[in-house]
Amino acid sequence: MTDYLLKITDLNKHFGGIVATDNVNLSVQQGRIHAVIGPNGAGKTTLIAQLSGQIKPDSGAIEFGGHNIINDSIAHRARQGLARSFQITSVVMPMTLLENVMLAVQGCSGHSFRFWSPVASDRGMRAAAMASLSEVGLDDRAGRIAANVSHGEQRQLEVAMALAMKPRLLLLDEPMAGMGKEEGAMMVDILNGLKGSMTILLVEHDMDAVFSLADQLSVLVNGHIIATDTVDNIRANDDVQKAYLGDGHA
Amino acid sequence: MSWLPTTVSGRFYSLLLLVLACAPFIFEWANQPFYLDLLSRALILGIAAISLNLILGFGGMVSLGHAAYIGIGAYCVGIPAYYDFYNGWLHLALALSVSASFALVTGAISLRTKGVYFIMITMAFSQMAYFTFLSLEEYGADDGLVIYSRSEFPEWLSMDSSTGLYYWIFGVLLLSLFFTQRLVRSHFGRVIVGSRYNEQRMQALGFSTYRYRLACYVISAMICSVAGMLLGNFTSFISPDMMGWTRSGELIFMVIIGGVATLFGPLVGTIAFVLLEEFLSAITIYWHLIFGVMLVLLVLFGKGGIHGWLAMLDRRAADHD
Repeated sequence: MTDYLLKITDLNKHFGGIVATDNVNLSVQQGRIHAVIGPNGAGKTTLIAQLSGQIKPDSGAIEFGGHNIINDSIAHRARQGLARSFQITSVVMPMTLLENVMLAVQGCSGHSFRFWSPVASDRGMRAAAMASLSEVGLDDRAGRIAANVSHGEQRQLEVAMALAMKPRLLLLDEPMAGMGKEEGAMMVDILNGLKGSMTILLVEHDMDAVFSLADQLSVLVNGHIIATDTVDNIRANDDVQKAYLGDGHA
Repeated sequence: MSWLPTTVSGRFYSLLLLVLACAPFIFEWANQPFYLDLLSRALILGIAAISLNLILGFGGMVSLGHAAYIGIGAYCVGIPAYYDFYNGWLHLALALSVSASFALVTGAISLRTKGVYFIMITMAFSQMAYFTFLSLEEYGADDGLVIYSRSEFPEWLSMDSSTGLYYWIFGVLLLSLFFTQRLVRSHFGRVIVGSRYNEQRMQALGFSTYRYRLACYVISAMICSVAGMLLGNFTSFISPDMMGWTRSGELIFMVIIGGVATLFGPLVGTIAFVLLEEFLSAITIYWHLIFGVMLVLLVLFGKGGIHGWLAMLDRRAADHD
């Protein structure tokens, strides 16, 4: 039997008459990069939102590390090791990059009902945050305000914050969204560096990036997973070609 | 002398604290006891504004019911005094515990809402407190309650003289400034500030933001109740008017005039507010009109309040170097 870190079973979500998630079954193996691709409106973001706890599914189970997390809050899931990045950059804009990442370190290091000693003098936390920043190549930007760095650097910051949580599973919601070619290539490099050591569920639009990164690939169309296989097999799959990849990739 | 503050704002605030520390001697020398009274009232409201700034400024929780805690603190002096209990520590302990309990219950409900709903619900709870005290015939209802003697403390802490009471107020003010400064930089403070800007992200990082915000709300209420306890001693007459929603609105103005989410902003804002109120009302009975226009102009053009202007001077000075 294979060791699954994340196991989604018969997940369903309706918004009125619209089926956003249609009986989704998906498993992510420990140490693998599993990508979910699909056209706009396929329900990728809704799926991520149900995994992270923002949206409650109508039915189904989400097992993470062996137990059902469906009733856990967003914060509780995060503390169990489920870290995510957002499709639309979501960081604390008026803080510096270092302060942002330090918050991420703080979030997974016990409670924060500590009222007296200043965070800035917490050397351990600072060192951990700097390590995450250098993992995504932002260590020389640590003191800059998040709102003042480029879009690509904000995307890298998202990943650094997720890494700083020392997660067991990384949920990346379109990490390449809105990036230029060079920035995108840099992000692929960063994620490639994590390959093997980190379990990642990657939702991404950029096909080249997905094909070069993913071990496993699931294709989501109209809320339903029409195929899950290795990259090569998905490329050769006629149904997938028709449903999603279209003539451009044929 | 390298330990002296180097920025314009730093110098201004240091000088302000120095003047406040010597105020009783200055006014005694000038033979102007009235101004010590005025300043005492300003500093009491300043403590309340500092406490409000903790949730409104740093936490982004705009409460229109904070005056309720001034009232609770004041009645925690007045009601025991009515039964001839004058022990100051008792008054202080009552103020802190009653305000904490009221804040815990009302905050737990209010913080389930956001934005304008939070404003309305905090106002509704404070009005409930207002009407509760208004209906207490035993304690004077809307006629109020006279406190015949101030809270009793050991000799060296006595607040019986106006100078003694002033230094009580000044001491609490310093403590609340120091506490705010530590709190905002602490682990707890970073969660509060982070949640103000991006609560979704803070939750995704593993913070149960609701608990932290509730704790912050309770702390803020407790500090405010001490201001109320001092106000009860200062005015020696308390009435439900102290906790009406217009009072809460004035507190918000004080914070905004001084500068939201800054350490000294609420203090200078309150002093400016009280002084303006005093001098404008001496000039004309229509002073509310002038005051209103000034507030509108301040909100429109003076972003960042008084602290904002000082910070601008800091930046200019830095550019010259």
